Amino acid sequence: MGKEYKHLQTAHCENGVATGLLRYHGLEFMTEPLVFGMGSGLFYIHLPFIKISGGPGISYRTLPGWIFKRASKSLGVDITRKKFGNEAEAQRFLDNKIAEGVPVGCQVGVFNLPYFPPEYRFHFNAHNIIVYGKQGDQYLVSDPTLEKVTTLSEADMNKVRFAKGPLAPKGQIYYPERVQPVSAETIRKSIAKGIKRNSSDMINIPGPFAGVSGINYTARQILKWQEKFRPRKAGLYLGQIVRMQEEIGTGGGGFRFLYAAFLEEAAAILNNDRLATISEDFTKAGDLWRQSAVQMGRIYKGRTNSDRKEFEISAILLHEIAAIEKKAFTELNKMKL
Amino acid sequence: MKKKELPQDESALIGVTREVCYVKDEDGKYTTDLSTGWNVKKEALDNAWDDIKDRIEAARKAVADGTQSPIGYFMEMKLMDLKLLADYTGFWQFTIKRHMKPSVFRSLSEKQLERYAKAFDIPAADIKNFKG
Repeated sequence: MGKEYKHLQTAHCENGVATGLLRYHGLEFMTEPLVFGMGSGLFYIHLPFIKISGGPGISYRTLPGWIFKRASKSLGVDITRKKFGNEAEAQRFLDNKIAEGVPVGCQVGVFNLPYFPPEYRFHFNAHNIIVYGKQGDQYLVSDPTLEKVTTLSEADMNKVRFAKGPLAPKGQIYYPERVQPVSAETIRKSIAKGIKRNSSDMINIPGPFAGVSGINYTARQILKWQEKFRPRKAGLYLGQIVRMQEEIGTGGGGFRFLYAAFLEEAAAILNNDRLATISEDFTKAGDLWRQSAVQMGRIYKGRTNSDRKEFEISAILLHEIAAIEKKAFTELNKMKL
Repeated sequence: MKKKELPQDESALIGVTREVCYVKDEDGKYTTDLSTGWNVKKEALDNAWDDIKDRIEAARKAVADGTQSPIGYFMEMKLMDLKLLADYTGFWQFTIKRHMKPSVFRSLSEKQLERYAKAFDIPAADIKNFKG
């Protein structure tokens, strides 16, 4: 070990930490789209009874931690993960690892991250950063969502590693160990497996709230919000959808462009033109998600806008997206890879 | 989305960073590009903050009017809800609700106040002396 960690900026933090650490350990072919695809990262869920910041609980990707877990497992890479009961123990472990020259992933809360713009500092606990060194009391930090590396003091590091609330990090630290070279065959298999699992997750998951049916569910809910809520509240709910879709490092269009980029890479690696065509379907879906955001923006920008018709346009767009994604994933699911 | 269509609007990211987006280059191949922001989502974030500011102002007013203790104000100020504040302080949610009554708040011990001070990351005196 002992070689310097090279900062890598990505759209999403978990993809970034995964790609960065795997590359550091010699898997230089890894890219953000590949990690995302092998980890079956694309998803949709609208949790009906859970509110996030008082708005609808919607996610465009799979559960935090799963992308790295699945991708590394299919590549045969062991990831060591540790959580801690107290700050002192967690800091000691981190300091020791860094002293050994091992860059590590840390799960942190965003609320107390001093280098984030205040407007983005909510109590969101599933952020991921790489710590790759320490100078005095300052940790050297590579946050994959930033253009450049940054630092965190010991006090701030302890605060963000022990943020409380949903998905509390509990000091979680993780790093690959004993990474072996990966064969071209394993890469192809990992890609195929990622695609199969992702398509199955999106079309076969039971219930109306998740997968492509979840998108249709949101479309129906939007119309109910227009009936039930004051215009301002309905606007806040729509705003929350747009933020989940475009904000949290999704690469645009609720991770759909990222998935399209993955399928494009997969088409080249597997030498399969069909995948390139389906990549276009996800580009189309991403473009429609962006169009849907613009449409929702028309509604919440006006704030008093309670025009039923505007909500109906939104709902129709979402149904259209669901249909495109259903067709694309059904085809992916049937393909021989 | 095509590379040349990637919005470069003003946002809270300016001066801090730009974000990676996946876009298509002129040959129709995927690539990444950096964006300073997009008005559509900036407005969503601004609205969310307007709502938070309204809630903070309502909580401030409640302290000034003597209908609620400063605990409620600082909870809103730190973007917390009862559940999260319970996680940080170790108090039960119904205990915190009681502490939000001005009469109960006045009888809090230094030790109890200190638990709130740690959760809010401010000096205990700031909580105790907050008048709205």
